Amino acid sequence: MSHESHVHEVGHGHDHHHHGPPKGFSRWVYTTNHKDIGTLYLTFSLVMLFIGGIMALVIRAELFEPGTILVDPDFFNQMTTMHGLIMVFGVIMPAMAGLANWMIPLMIGAPDMALPRLNNWSFWLLPFAFSMLMSTMLMKGSAPNFGWTFYAPLSTIYGPNSTDFFIFSIHLMGASSIMAALNIVVTIFNMRAPGMTWMKMPLFVWSWLVTAFLLLAVMPVLAGCVTMMLMDRHFHTSFFNAAGGGDPLLFQHVFWFFGHPEVYILILPGFGVISEVIPTFSRKVLFGYRFMVYATASIAIVGFVVWMHHMFTTGAPYAAQLYFMYATMLVAVPTGIKIFNWLGTLFKGSITFETPMLFALGFLVMFTIGGFSGVMLSLVPADYQYRDSYFVVAHFHYVLVSGSLFTIIAAVYFWLPKWTGNMYSEKLGQWHFWLSVIGMNVAFLPMHFLGLAGMPRRIPDYALQFTDFNQLCTIGAFIFGFAQLIFLYIVIKACYAKRRHKLSDEVWEGAKGLEWTIPTPAPYHTFETAPVVH
Amino acid sequence: MQTINVLVIFWKYDLIVARSIRSITLHSVVGIYIMIRLILFLSTLALAITSYAVPALNMPYGVSPISREIYNLHMAGFYICCAIGVVVFGVLIYSLIKFRKSKGAKAAHFHEHIGLEILWTAIPFFILVALAIPATIVLAHIHDTERSALTIKVVGYQWKWKYEYLDQGISFFSNLATPQEQILNKAPKNEWFLLEVDKPLVVPVNTKIKLLITADDVIHAWWVPDLGIKQDAIPGFINENWIYIEKEGFYRGQCGELCGVYHAFMPIVVQAVSQADFAKWVVANTPTPESMALAQKEILKPLTEDELLTLGKTQYEKSCIMCHQAEGEGLPPTFPPLKDSRVVTGPLAVNIGYVLTGVPGTAMQAFGDQLDDRAMAAVVTYIRNAWGNEIPIKRHKYPTIVQPEDVAKVRQESKK
Amino acid sequence: MSMNPGRKNKVSHTRLVIILVVGILFMFGFCYMLVPLYNFICKREGINGKAANSATAINPNMQIDYSRTIKVDFTTTLNKDLGFKFIPLSKHIDIHPGERKLIYFYAENLTGHDITVQAIPSITPTDAARFLKKTECFCFTQQYFFKGEKADMPVYFFIEPEIGKDIKEVTLSYTLFDATQYAKKEKIVNTGRVRLEIKR
Repeated sequence: MSHESHVHEVGHGHDHHHHGPPKGFSRWVYTTNHKDIGTLYLTFSLVMLFIGGIMALVIRAELFEPGTILVDPDFFNQMTTMHGLIMVFGVIMPAMAGLANWMIPLMIGAPDMALPRLNNWSFWLLPFAFSMLMSTMLMKGSAPNFGWTFYAPLSTIYGPNSTDFFIFSIHLMGASSIMAALNIVVTIFNMRAPGMTWMKMPLFVWSWLVTAFLLLAVMPVLAGCVTMMLMDRHFHTSFFNAAGGGDPLLFQHVFWFFGHPEVYILILPGFGVISEVIPTFSRKVLFGYRFMVYATASIAIVGFVVWMHHMFTTGAPYAAQLYFMYATMLVAVPTGIKIFNWLGTLFKGSITFETPMLFALGFLVMFTIGGFSGVMLSLVPADYQYRDSYFVVAHFHYVLVSGSLFTIIAAVYFWLPKWTGNMYSEKLGQWHFWLSVIGMNVAFLPMHFLGLAGMPRRIPDYALQFTDFNQLCTIGAFIFGFAQLIFLYIVIKACYAKRRHKLSDEVWEGAKGLEWTIPTPAPYHTFETAPVVH
Repeated sequence: MQTINVLVIFWKYDLIVARSIRSITLHSVVGIYIMIRLILFLSTLALAITSYAVPALNMPYGVSPISREIYNLHMAGFYICCAIGVVVFGVLIYSLIKFRKSKGAKAAHFHEHIGLEILWTAIPFFILVALAIPATIVLAHIHDTERSALTIKVVGYQWKWKYEYLDQGISFFSNLATPQEQILNKAPKNEWFLLEVDKPLVVPVNTKIKLLITADDVIHAWWVPDLGIKQDAIPGFINENWIYIEKEGFYRGQCGELCGVYHAFMPIVVQAVSQADFAKWVVANTPTPESMALAQKEILKPLTEDELLTLGKTQYEKSCIMCHQAEGEGLPPTFPPLKDSRVVTGPLAVNIGYVLTGVPGTAMQAFGDQLDDRAMAAVVTYIRNAWGNEIPIKRHKYPTIVQPEDVAKVRQESKK
Repeated sequence: MSMNPGRKNKVSHTRLVIILVVGILFMFGFCYMLVPLYNFICKREGINGKAANSATAINPNMQIDYSRTIKVDFTTTLNKDLGFKFIPLSKHIDIHPGERKLIYFYAENLTGHDITVQAIPSITPTDAARFLKKTECFCFTQQYFFKGEKADMPVYFFIEPEIGKDIKEVTLSYTLFDATQYAKKEKIVNTGRVRLEIKR
């Protein structure tokens, strides 16, 4: 399917009073432009990546040897909690939202998002939410130290005073995500260019449409969950306390009902990115477009009914465990379909290995490995040994770091020239890629074996036989962490360097889509007149 | 069924290898070299990890029929994933080598093939069914309902385990036995660092033992890899599981659910002994009125100041240090400091009362049932003499030395 | 579509936004709805004692199955070292499915003051839990104990004959909680137990 379009004068003809965006502080605070807001999200996400990353390095440094080295166990628990919260809610989700804001209007030929002022609010809630969350580290007493999954009663009865700030922070983040998702759904439904039927939409747009529905469905459940926590803590309710007739397990059910769709929220837009990158650099149209759409929707729908696989050891009846095992294994099928379709795109293509493609290929290999450990985890009796061990940590880092994060990085490399007008240094990009891949594998592959050998997760200190592999993991983590500085340099350089060569509209040979029909760098206002799609 | 699937996979893989070797040899020797090296690497990796499993690399085979079934299921899943990986990555690497633009590859124009989509939906589905069947069977074995010969209640506390032999009437706490100095890197670590306890759970071999698992405060989990058991301990509710150990020995595990600051410091040690030895152990440990009276007399014997302080320091490190910290500075406001504390430097009975009954609504547990009179006397003596606390205490003429009978008196009073 | 330059697409988003906002509010409410839904499912499946914390009417057609005997173990736990003595008066009992039995637990308030307590039942194994039903139990309500009070607490229970044939033993466990922070205004002092003595 092609996206040839007839694009008329973009911006200049009739908007005489626009001399480009306003300058300075006001521009960024008051902007309703989807490109600016996308930039804000992405910048915020990059800052949070380093903050969460430093926390990860503190964790890994403490775990370099058994015994208390750097930090006491309470601070360690705070680090693991904050690292998880920041990476999930402060890096992956805002980055995906940033990509959505930048690219969805361009890909569907819309001038902006449907609700631009709501869009501004969606972003600006985030710095406040995270300032509140991180300020808990400066408060007297502990910051949240109960893991990013904040199970009751550890977080309700035994949570530190800062837990209430944590709860409000989650409310703000949730509100931000809900509003952004609302905006995306309305934009995609109502503002596609004429001729762009559902089955002509780029897969990135499809992925975000499905993700947005997931967000609308489950973020309110998270809001309800933390509100119940607040009520238990301060208003004498007993949702999660057996003494008053409640049940700690209710928390886990409510949380994971949100939590499992949440992990699909974290990966599905990434799948969409890969479906844009791989066809471009194979110079071949995406294989099996229809099945990719169906697979994405299937993953989302089945993802709603598998939450109890996070709770296999909590004392469930046999039948419940069986059902959730089967349903969880089922999710592997549409995921497999997507992987095979990407392979089918590469097969008999004409492949080049620019940096976005490198990250996409790295994703393909390493996300698949993460998927394998996921299939192993779904087997209930085996899960009895894996659960709450480093095997699980290995699994979700493979699917989140070499999964979601790699797709975000691939997307940035892919679209950065279009955003800034500057081509990044290919050589530096390759350095970034190879150091990331090596660091990532050295950091997380040994964790599989640590978990199998019996090392629990969320511990600051461990038995002696786990030492060697932990040291390996720490070294890998530091390599991976420092490699991201290359990325930071590349991004900053692309944003601020003087333009040397004028890049073509297309930028990449083989790039197809409405976003590649506008000038490079993208003008402040685009598609003010709708293109016609054939 | 499983074998057929594996054969199908290997047959597909074979075809791909054959095709690729044929075409690559015509154009490049490097390609085939890469291919062979990759295959060798993956196979040796798989072999090394599985058949000749290096210790601390793979799940333990264990000493229980369930642990063995779980191990086999795990390996089956692993092998199947390896096989699928070889196919998937094989195709990927082949494509990346063969269809490089730099080598002149021209992109084809196909973009859909319904038959292929159906094939690669059905085949993974059947592979998963093949995996699900043994998983279902093993799970049924775990939910086995045959009568057990011994019932033990396991209660998770922050941060220790309590074991109650329900029929024998034996009950004790099992605390981490690794000294603080080792954790703080002030002494060399012993072999069982963080995996040793003062009183292991003693059980007989070749007996089906039912475990009733619950918790006192937050959610913990009882996990012993060698026995193939992990079960959450949820406050207010009981979870049931069973173990059957076929070999005598020590089996170690750890708490498997984040339960607060000292989650890493509440290990589990199961000591499996012969049935005869177990019977002897039961007799030796069952409290009778005479043995309890004797024990109580022993506990109430007065101790010297040195004895109290030494015992007190050990007890402090076992029960108090994780919240109130090594220098008594605590982690305010959740865990108040003991240094210069109004309670600790005040009247003795109040001080003992706090430790005995805790402070309801806060994190301060009631240690009345966990510490006997001697241990409590020792630890209260320790905190009243540590970090300069003895100065204000002596100034107000409160006692700094606490004997076990002082504690017993306060205990009596609180019951009235 | 006409190719008029300068003509922007003006579509009304209001309707779709309203639909989605209603959906969001519904999902927030759904979260709270999960609470009674969870209790309902737990009650049906017998998870976490919820099938056994309120009275069940006996089916008048219930037959006693003399061909099978199930051993029922009783155990008690005091939460947070509650100052109570709380023990089952018999450690186990053999029962035929369909047969009704009365057993007693003994409780003594050693806390040194009046207190509201709540006993929470829990039954294992999970596949048997939904078949153990009670017509009378001290766990149905909070219990207000006077200082020093001693009481026998009855439980009148039965196991439904539909229980799986392979179940041979069941454990009924009670955890006694200090329920002061959830204490109801009306103190339950006379139902659910047989007062033996109050030591004032």
